[in-house]
Amino acid sequence: MKKTRLEVVGKARRRVDGRAKVTGHLKFADDLSAPRMLHCKLLRSPHPHALVESIDTSKAEKHPGVHLVLTKKDFPVPFGIMPVSIDEFPLTDHARHVGDPVAAVIAVDEQTADEALRLIQIRFSPLRTISDPEDALKNPDPRIHDYGEQGNIHRNQSYEFGDVDEALAKADHVFEDLFFYQGNTHLPMEEQATLALVDGDGKLLVQSSTQNPHYLHRQLARVLQLSAAKVRVIATPNGGGFGGKCDPANHEMVVAKAALVLGRPVKIGLTREEVFYQHRGRHPVLMKMRTGVTRDGKLTGMHLQTLLDGGGYGSHGPASTFYTGVLTPVTYELPRFKFEACRTFTNKPACGPKRGHGTPQPRFGQEVQLDKIAEKLGKDPAELRLGMINKPNSLTANWLRIGSIGLEQCIREVVARSKWKDRFRKQPEGKGLGLACSSYMCGAGLPIYWNKLPHSGVQLLVDRSGQVTVYCGATEIGQGSDDVLASIVAEVLGIDTDMIRCVTGDTGITPVDLGSYSSRVTIMMGNAAMEAAEKVRLQLAEAAAEQLEVIPTELLFSNGKVVHAGSSKSMSFLEAIQFAESKFGTLGSVGSYAPPKPPGKYKGAGVGPSPAYSFSACVVEAEVDPKTGWIHVPKIWIAHDIGRTINPVLAQGQVIGSVYMGLSEALMEEQAFRRLPEKLSQALVHKMPSMLEYKSLTSLDMPDVDVALIEQSEEMRDPNCPFGAKEVGQGPLLPVMPALANAIYDAVGVRIDEIPVTPDKVLRALELKNSGKNPRVGPEHFPSVPYPEPVFVATPQEGGDGKETKKEEKKRAAAAVV
Amino acid sequence: MAAVPDRVHLQLSVNGEPAPVSFSSYKTLLEVLREDLDLTGTKHGCELGECGACTVLVDGEPVLSCLVLALECEGKRIETIEGLARGAELHPLQAAFTDLGGSQCGYCTPGVIMAAKALLDRNPNASREEIKEATAGNLCRCTGYLQITEAVERAAAELREERRK
Amino acid sequence: MLRLPWFDHRAPRTVAEAAKILAGEGPAAMLIAGGTDLLPNMKRKHQTPKVLVSLKGISALRNVNGTFGSGMTLSELVKSERTPTALRQAAAQVATPLLRNMATLGGNLCLDTRCTYYNQNYEWREAIGFCLKKDGQTCWVATASKRCVAVSSTDTAPALIALNAEVILSGVDGERSIPVENLYKNDGIDYLSRKPDEVLTAVKIPSGWKSTYWKLRRRGSFDFPILGVGAAIRFSGDVIDEIRIALGAAASRPFLVERINDKVKGKKLTDDVIAEISSQVASRAKPMDNTDMDLYWRKEVADDFAGYALRELRGDDMRAERQRFARFLP
Repeated sequence: MKKTRLEVVGKARRRVDGRAKVTGHLKFADDLSAPRMLHCKLLRSPHPHALVESIDTSKAEKHPGVHLVLTKKDFPVPFGIMPVSIDEFPLTDHARHVGDPVAAVIAVDEQTADEALRLIQIRFSPLRTISDPEDALKNPDPRIHDYGEQGNIHRNQSYEFGDVDEALAKADHVFEDLFFYQGNTHLPMEEQATLALVDGDGKLLVQSSTQNPHYLHRQLARVLQLSAAKVRVIATPNGGGFGGKCDPANHEMVVAKAALVLGRPVKIGLTREEVFYQHRGRHPVLMKMRTGVTRDGKLTGMHLQTLLDGGGYGSHGPASTFYTGVLTPVTYELPRFKFEACRTFTNKPACGPKRGHGTPQPRFGQEVQLDKIAEKLGKDPAELRLGMINKPNSLTANWLRIGSIGLEQCIREVVARSKWKDRFRKQPEGKGLGLACSSYMCGAGLPIYWNKLPHSGVQLLVDRSGQVTVYCGATEIGQGSDDVLASIVAEVLGIDTDMIRCVTGDTGITPVDLGSYSSRVTIMMGNAAMEAAEKVRLQLAEAAAEQLEVIPTELLFSNGKVVHAGSSKSMSFLEAIQFAESKFGTLGSVGSYAPPKPPGKYKGAGVGPSPAYSFSACVVEAEVDPKTGWIHVPKIWIAHDIGRTINPVLAQGQVIGSVYMGLSEALMEEQAFRRLPEKLSQALVHKMPSMLEYKSLTSLDMPDVDVALIEQSEEMRDPNCPFGAKEVGQGPLLPVMPALANAIYDAVGVRIDEIPVTPDKVLRALELKNSGKNPRVGPEHFPSVPYPEPVFVATPQEGGDGKETKKEEKKRAAAAVV
Repeated sequence: MAAVPDRVHLQLSVNGEPAPVSFSSYKTLLEVLREDLDLTGTKHGCELGECGACTVLVDGEPVLSCLVLALECEGKRIETIEGLARGAELHPLQAAFTDLGGSQCGYCTPGVIMAAKALLDRNPNASREEIKEATAGNLCRCTGYLQITEAVERAAAELREERRK
Repeated sequence: MLRLPWFDHRAPRTVAEAAKILAGEGPAAMLIAGGTDLLPNMKRKHQTPKVLVSLKGISALRNVNGTFGSGMTLSELVKSERTPTALRQAAAQVATPLLRNMATLGGNLCLDTRCTYYNQNYEWREAIGFCLKKDGQTCWVATASKRCVAVSSTDTAPALIALNAEVILSGVDGERSIPVENLYKNDGIDYLSRKPDEVLTAVKIPSGWKSTYWKLRRRGSFDFPILGVGAAIRFSGDVIDEIRIALGAAASRPFLVERINDKVKGKKLTDDVIAEISSQVASRAKPMDNTDMDLYWRKEVADDFAGYALRELRGDDMRAERQRFARFLP
């Protein structure tokens, strides 16, 4: 029987892994050690682009305390997170960026390994440096990789959903804007570390700070040419991930190999500077956005072009490239959409997924452009948005199915709380409010490698001691996934979370879960956990009903008891287990989850679909000093459509943490590079690979944040989500950057069309304003990109079937609608 | 004033207990705590004094253990996160951090709790602004700091209550 | 983990003993007090002493006797009631509370000059080509420059220069006292006039100045100054009797802005006078592109910053500006 009130879900509780974190007991990867453990250091390329001509390791090998030196020849097999971009070797002979590892030393301690690195003699043959996307487009040679579209273009794609030229031609206004979003990095507090050893059973054990043990498991087996059954990966609790620990990494492969060769445990801990070289962070993206609107404020169509600086490797790049466009139609009604995207290789650390993966960049552009549209149409930006929100249970132009939408409530909430109506455009010079909205996916609809297997599996062990142990491959990266797992099982079984033990992120003993990325864990792991718990509950109910002489379906699992609804008959949860174990034998159950099939059928339709989407709205208050351009943010209001809150303490923490990271990106974070004049040097180095000079907000720089968690009523809840719960880890970051830029405009009337928004840019724009010029700082031109002929897909509203339409049919399809 | 040998043996005082230890002379207090005394609760995020993760108390003052020469610590009173709980019971700071969301991934947590402890030892009535200032040397990438500040406020109130009793 | 290289360690008990070690070891030896500047530099291998001469065991450096001992930590300076306002404000805004518990007054005054091309790991400097200040021949900030333009980043020095303070240096040949501004040379490499065997033992600060220190930096903590304005004034009635303004992070040395006093002595500190002084101060700021933030912007705002300092000296309530710019409540 269903409980009328939830007992665990929605209640503020101490997280299940809380105690270990505050006592120093929690073992992160670098906290691990093992008897006879050796230490590894990597030799990294000082050249941004070079071939290794020769490498002499003999002196290093003879250095006292050195056990092993590895180079490219020890790693004939490449790896990569995406099947279409298997382009990395654990140690390379073609360095693609400063910091690319070329050799490894394993020694008795780190100090000795470090000394020996300096004894390795390498002759490099430098190649021309490709420093940015324009450089990459202009110079197809030398190629950074010998695969990809052409020259130094990694990915190049074009999609058109409905005839966009026509949509723009019919619009009352067409807005054309260029935006730039600088790259930035995750900067997790924990520097990556890995311990590899050959376990007592003769199998390889790799314990690593990874968000995705499953993908690491597969890639280790590939690189080491071992059966995956002989490899076990344990994801240690991550000291922050934010996407930076999603890719399998060189250092993980190297210590695994070394442990196999030496038969001794081998550990590596990256330095902070090395973490900057591992990167896989936010892509720098240049955007061109042409949007048609009617005079009453409806979008008619959008043509979005993006150009990504991918860095030296593929990483998640193929997905990132899609994500700079595919989620754009999820927030507002956009009848037609054309999206062209190009990712180039450059000689910098590879970009990849960072919180929001590819979507913060176009979201920034669209929300700033909407602010401009509202002003031009003489509409309030909140009202403009309220008039164009997508409908629940609808299909977007690019064939994404949207379920529940709480965006209207989100907007109304932040508007009311911030006193928007009384303050927007009404405050004295220097004070401003800005608004922006966003949407995000609750897990990718397809796995990273093609398969028909579940995305998440959960196994439950229940025994006569009363213990409930939940096994799942999901990874605790600080977001609270263990707590979500325990909460869902506890709710179904009517017990407290402290009765539950979570065993997670261990490919040796937990069912596969694809990992902690794309905001997928609450929904996918949660649904699998629910299925497993419900199966066990059925067994317990059957056994208990037999004892209580009632009908099983009339039993309630509540407060540690199994209670019959119609009478006062009950027994404890423990008793129910014991009856069930004697009735059925050993108890246990499994649950699994795979997302619904995406509605789109065209090639590429696999990126963007999700079981559900979350929505957010944000108002930023900014004070701008008109003399210096100095920016002060006193307060931020944010409302997030979470569907259902599992643990309010953790959910609030995810929202505030997202706002923090968004504001930090908006104001100061930059993964920027230093290029000396070409006649002097081919060098291309990270400008500031340190915690001091890579600026992030401190406790003193953080504004007050007012959080509203918007929940759906029981009837309206998203059926794809466990208890209706959606993601909360990434979505709330997205509206912060554009809301800040819009607040700056409200404060002093200047547009900063690029991220970060810094005082010097504001001051430059103010000077332009004062001299009567266009008060805007941002990119000035979009280079010519050889985008391919678009894949044309008719939209659902225009009678499409989700498949690509042949070119000649394009006109007929459009004509039929007219 | 003889030259320092490669390995140093000395007696530290850690969490109220004598801790004789032998270590390579170049090591910082951070390395000795983690590698030679197995106290891995103290974390590190940069080893350059730029993040605060390695904060411990030396003679009651919060300092960065990554920039303290271990061989200068003879006779000093060192406190780490492992010594904070009262037996099996959490210190009010520890309880508040985990109950109010002051700790997400938990990596900056030991350092920021130690910084907060020193503040509350000195000033049990610390204001919100003073708490933010005292923890301004501890970077956190998860929480956005607000729940950290709230946790320290709650712990301060609890400690004041304890003192009244 | 980034670690220190091997080093030898000496722990003298007296200043004389320390001076003797320095004289004997030559350039291979360096003094260490709080270690917050030297140890990161050693880990990144841009300072490579073989011998560390620790000042921690010299109790005389903490004795005050009317002066400020160089061994006082910045936190102790902040707490001490004797500390004049500008020095207290400067000390309170250095780095972070944790670093201030370790860092000393002497260490902050002798802080190595900084540069975005220098404060990097060995491998980074190798990747871009070693620079003039360490291991190389070219200044990457100004490739035509024969002189290293690394920037003086001490907060306490501009405050002390404004306060007309002196430092006491003690070497094997005895003790001398020099004005704080004379401790510095405008050379990013050879930036101190301290002799190799000298220990900076104490700072003497005259009383009677009303003073302030304004620090420009991106964040509320951690960051080195990208501009520091130390200002001190003596009024005679409501007119200026004497005024001293010093700039930090605007050259390879902190320096006194000269010839201000002659122009404004005897005037009231009106808005016009403040504007006149500020623009003269700003014209002396010649920042280079080797710190955080945009160079052009740093030049543009120098005059506003000098103005804030002067308005505070006049008695204006500048707490809102302090809070907004520096996240600092004096």
